[in-house]
Amino acid sequence: MSEGSSDDCNAQDTWVSFKDRPEWSDVKPIPQDDGPNPVVQIAYSDQFKEVFDYFRAMVAADEKSERSLNLTKEAAELNPANYSVWNYRRNILSELNKDLKGELRYISQVIEEHPKNYQVWHHRRVIVEWLEDPSQELEFTEKILQDDAKNYHAWQHRQWCIQQFSLWDKELAYVEKLLKEDFRNNSAWNQRHFIINNTTGFTPEVVAKEMKFTQDYIRKAPNNESAWNYLKGVLSEKKLCEFPSLMEFCLELYSKHIRSPFLMACMIDNYEEMLEQGKPKKEENLQNATQLCNELAEECDTLRREYWQYMSRSLASKYGTDVSGDS
Amino acid sequence: MNGCEAWTLTKEIQRKIEAAEMWFFRRMLRVPWTARKTNEEVLKETETIRSLMNRVQRRQANVPLLDRELHTEFLLRGLKHLSGSYQCLDSSRPWLCYWILHSLELLDSPITEDHALNIAHFLGKCQDPEGGFAGGPMQYPHLAPTYAAVNALCILANITEKVFDILNREKLYSFLMRMRTPDGAFKMHDGGEVDIRGVYCALSVARLTNIMTKDLVSGTVDFIVRCQTYEGGFAGYPGLEAHGGYTFCGIAGLVLLGHTERCDLRSLLVRILLCPLFRKYSKNDDQNLSATRWMFNQEALQEYILICCQHDYGGLLDKPLKPRDYYHTCYCLSGLSVAQHFIGGHLQNDIVIGSTTNKLRALQPVYNLSLDSVMMAQKHFGNMKLP
Repeated sequence: MSEGSSDDCNAQDTWVSFKDRPEWSDVKPIPQDDGPNPVVQIAYSDQFKEVFDYFRAMVAADEKSERSLNLTKEAAELNPANYSVWNYRRNILSELNKDLKGELRYISQVIEEHPKNYQVWHHRRVIVEWLEDPSQELEFTEKILQDDAKNYHAWQHRQWCIQQFSLWDKELAYVEKLLKEDFRNNSAWNQRHFIINNTTGFTPEVVAKEMKFTQDYIRKAPNNESAWNYLKGVLSEKKLCEFPSLMEFCLELYSKHIRSPFLMACMIDNYEEMLEQGKPKKEENLQNATQLCNELAEECDTLRREYWQYMSRSLASKYGTDVSGDS
Repeated sequence: MNGCEAWTLTKEIQRKIEAAEMWFFRRMLRVPWTARKTNEEVLKETETIRSLMNRVQRRQANVPLLDRELHTEFLLRGLKHLSGSYQCLDSSRPWLCYWILHSLELLDSPITEDHALNIAHFLGKCQDPEGGFAGGPMQYPHLAPTYAAVNALCILANITEKVFDILNREKLYSFLMRMRTPDGAFKMHDGGEVDIRGVYCALSVARLTNIMTKDLVSGTVDFIVRCQTYEGGFAGYPGLEAHGGYTFCGIAGLVLLGHTERCDLRSLLVRILLCPLFRKYSKNDDQNLSATRWMFNQEALQEYILICCQHDYGGLLDKPLKPRDYYHTCYCLSGLSVAQHFIGGHLQNDIVIGSTTNKLRALQPVYNLSLDSVMMAQKHFGNMKLP
């Protein structure tokens, strides 16, 4: 929820005070009004104080000019999280009909310096919207994701561009490249789901293909939570019993003494569905499911013991013939 | 400090430790030994208290100890002023008020009525004439600082209800209406980004001040539900990846709207974190109502916070080696409180790790306010007419 961390405020070395800038001599700076008994007072540098005093003067006069545009740059550099500055900058850009390609170059630099800031990404999005030109966006987000494959803002911007400008064609290939580099990249798995969901949809053919694709990755690393979750996503809103190969796959891994909590959770889901649907061998299914829960609670996933014990109790009370109960 | 666990603390050693500490402070301030300054004057100048003995004692204690005194001192200092490194939070000043006040309320460290009124007055300076609160005086109104400011006022109302006088409730409503998007989401500010944070902030504020009309939230449940991903958690915006913070916004938002049944609770592992939701989910499940604890490992979370996240000079942090700050102090203490108090079923049950003095006040996780602060808001706004 926070508006950013407190580690990236760098000042310029060659800064010139406004008192020594004749082009600003006509402007009366407006100091911040914290009231007579201020709280949470920040020890602003002289530069910070002065730049924002002049910024307030510009906003108050609603001045949209070259100098106020340049001032927003100075202000944004001192505090890139100041959304008022970015908003005012956009007002000036549109009023003065500025060259937006230049603005895109500028915001690229700022984003590379502050890749985890809401305001700078939003600014980029508005500029791209105004330009109606997404031609640099896939490449740019790819560059940011190279440094941090999980950068949420970059993914958000990328998804927006893809959806807005129908750039679906090459995205699946990009995701496959990312997964080859790191098959635990959860953002890439999510992107895969996003693309398929918005293009072909999860038709029976696609589901079969995706199951195979995911199971191959799971075989490589049975503890890869991202792949298991994706598999669950592929099969969501579907009846697991229509995919008997899933349980066969699970049992195969289980028989190889693999005790990944995700594998076991998937098996429990399977047994639970069989119970729900009143399939034969009720007692056996229930026993298998509760046994898995207990194994998870006591050995394989002890940190979530409470949850697995709850699952076990809840299955037993729902489907057990013997209503002994412990309450 | 290393190895101090094994010292035998005689009176003599205690005296030496305290003397050494004063000597450090004097060196830091470059006070010449010829200057006739009392220890108290020096401490006032460094704006600190003696803490070295405290730290030695904490290391010697065989149970984890929450250093209430140091944390309170760190918090009260920040409430007055903050170093230049907080310049990048210059658009989050109501947040700073809330983070600090919420931490203090959990620690049960009261502030004076004058102080409370000063804070309310400052928040009033951040309020926009057209409604909503900005990140600082003379900035544009924004939903996140609006949430922080309203929460801060609810905490302050425990000291004096007069603080609510600064809030322009009618204008707050028109601000929220202005932020609404056609699909039931909310943008953070005029010309700003749209995501589930905006939704949560708007809903929390609207519930607390009793301005949640049908018009304000039409379509909002649908938007939140669209943010739930195949992984069970919630994303910031439909299509994106599930994320811890946004999952909180999503599920808390549904609780505030009274529609948790609309999302896939079965796939939401963390579902039991929120108590009203808990009751709803367990309607047909008598077993669960006799539960006496949360479904996560309450002991492990308390140990992590107490052992790994306390700064030696007060304040808490994200993880070892990270700097302390008010944001992490607030949310570490909130997490600690949730882990100590089970408020789910019929029963209330406390599990406190380490010293019994570690016990914090219980909180209502949907707003992240103490139960008393939520009651203050309900008492004050509950009978007012909907806009």
